[in-house]
Amino acid sequence: MDILSTLDTGHGIWNPVVWLLAAGIAAVIAYLIWAYGESGYKRGTEQTKPFLSGNAEPEKGDVHVRGSHLYWGFTEALKGYFDRIVPLHTGVLNDYTLWFLGTTALILVMVGLI
Amino acid sequence: MTPGIIAQHAPALIIALPLFAAFATPLIGRYSRQARDAWIFAAMAATAAIAAVLAYQVYTVGTVVYAFGAAAPHIPLPIDSGGIPIRIIFTVDAMSAFMVVTAAISGFAVTLYSLISESKLTGRDGFYALLLLLITGILGMVCTGDLFNFFVFLELNSIAGAALIAYRNDKGVAIEAGLKYAFLCTIGGLFVIFATALLYGQYNALNIAMLASRIEFTMLDKVALVLLLAALAMKAGAVPLHFWTPDAYSMAPGSITALLVVASQAGLYGVFRVVFTLYSVTLDYFAVGWIIIVLGVLSMFIGVTMALVQKDVKRLMAYHAVSQTGYMLLGVGVGLAVLGQQGLMDAYGLVAMEGGIFHIINHAMYKGLLFLTAGAIFYRTGTRNLNRLGGLGHSMKWTMIFFIIGALAIAGIPPFNGFASKLMIYESVFLFNPLLAIIAMVVSILMLASFVKVFQSIFMGPRLPEYADVKEAPLPMLIGMGILAVVTVAFGLAPAWVVDQFVAPAAAALVNQSGYIASVLGGL
Repeated sequence: MDILSTLDTGHGIWNPVVWLLAAGIAAVIAYLIWAYGESGYKRGTEQTKPFLSGNAEPEKGDVHVRGSHLYWGFTEALKGYFDRIVPLHTGVLNDYTLWFLGTTALILVMVGLI
Repeated sequence: MTPGIIAQHAPALIIALPLFAAFATPLIGRYSRQARDAWIFAAMAATAAIAAVLAYQVYTVGTVVYAFGAAAPHIPLPIDSGGIPIRIIFTVDAMSAFMVVTAAISGFAVTLYSLISESKLTGRDGFYALLLLLITGILGMVCTGDLFNFFVFLELNSIAGAALIAYRNDKGVAIEAGLKYAFLCTIGGLFVIFATALLYGQYNALNIAMLASRIEFTMLDKVALVLLLAALAMKAGAVPLHFWTPDAYSMAPGSITALLVVASQAGLYGVFRVVFTLYSVTLDYFAVGWIIIVLGVLSMFIGVTMALVQKDVKRLMAYHAVSQTGYMLLGVGVGLAVLGQQGLMDAYGLVAMEGGIFHIINHAMYKGLLFLTAGAIFYRTGTRNLNRLGGLGHSMKWTMIFFIIGALAIAGIPPFNGFASKLMIYESVFLFNPLLAIIAMVVSILMLASFVKVFQSIFMGPRLPEYADVKEAPLPMLIGMGILAVVTVAFGLAPAWVVDQFVAPAAAALVNQSGYIASVLGGL
């Protein structure tokens, strides 16, 4: 079998080589557009410094967006869900064991009813 | 030892070699650290080579059966046996071989990586011995054709895993995580041995093929099924039995976490082996299939949403591992739900199973890779806290590239391997129940969102003053990551070949219960 042949997924096909060719063509087009752009960019000059409305540039560590700041809106919107699901993960072994035994009992009831 | 003898005894050697190497490691370590490291590397390389030989035999010739201690080990039922497989018998079919290959690739990459990642720490003799024991446990679980023997290797897997989780004592937290894992695995082990006793008491057999040929699905068989399902689903980390995973995965050393993923997948293999091979025709496929599907959907959704709110990169990745297990359960569960209906099986059931099985090896590669990158970051910075990390893309470029490969693969972005297996799952599951496929796709989007957060938090932004002196990870660690990255990319570029050569035979072996029984009992 050809190593780069097309994957048949039953109701569709997938060939990464075709995808890569398409991605390559898209990259070439993107490059051509970029090449027609403004060429006055000079690395390491005044123009590459951030403009903060005249304010002094903060320390490097202060401008990095830390992990907890990302997706605040998402988690806030789903607060009702997270308020219920996160506390279930108590870290207490007794709770873990109860979940294990409880789930086993539930599956036992379901299989027993079959 | 000639190549012919190695090939003939490959099923025994694949266990004996890492087991012997494990117990010899502390002895060699007493005399020379360099010799010990070379010994470990050679032992794992040889184990991987034997795994390749065994897999080659299985994929070219067919199921390999090996009776331990027999004069003719390839004959499981000698003439004077009375038709009873009394010896410990390994039955390595295409599904087992698939798992062997998965474990061998991960084991080799992890061993290479850990030789450096642990080099600054004490107690390495015991660490490497436990590492090799863990690999032995995994390989034994996926190769054995004996239910009691399966329990023994499950215990080996669990005990070595718990010891390794607790090995690096971080203010007692690692010990707590190891204790939780050990406790739950002990209960799981008790479930498995009790189920084994129930089956042995009824059918006078421990051999899986023999049991499968006799099983009648009595009430006791149902109890045994539930105990096996619950114990192995817990080992696999399926929701709501997953609570140990974030604790254990986050506290274990990075290299060990990558291997714990494969250890959990051995549990998943156990679930599949029990329902498809041990019980199979006696089951209500639809009901048991739906139980597995529900476990899968819960795992996918709760895993990924819990990951989104984590601040510890390894806890975040642990929840992702839970989520990914859900995809495997979903794909194979759909296959099980339609197993008795040949038309539906041909239409999408088999593709769903192939997608789920393909996802096992893909997950082992990219999740292992991600855990190794997390380990490399911890090795260099001493923290896993996403709120404290940043700007490492300036100094750890290769680690960043490997992380990107792993992150895109786990999120199902083309052309990486995760996309191919997820596509197979989406399309086939959609035909079974569109809602399930939609949930699976939404979970993938959340997965990508989550890894964008990790990428931004760790690698993006200006070089932070506290990490100004951070350097790239050492070369052997990069090579370990590189092996998994290469496989991740290669499987993504040639998914049809992988499915055709490895995955489809594994799925076919799994649904062929009569073939499994005949390979041991000779066409009963």
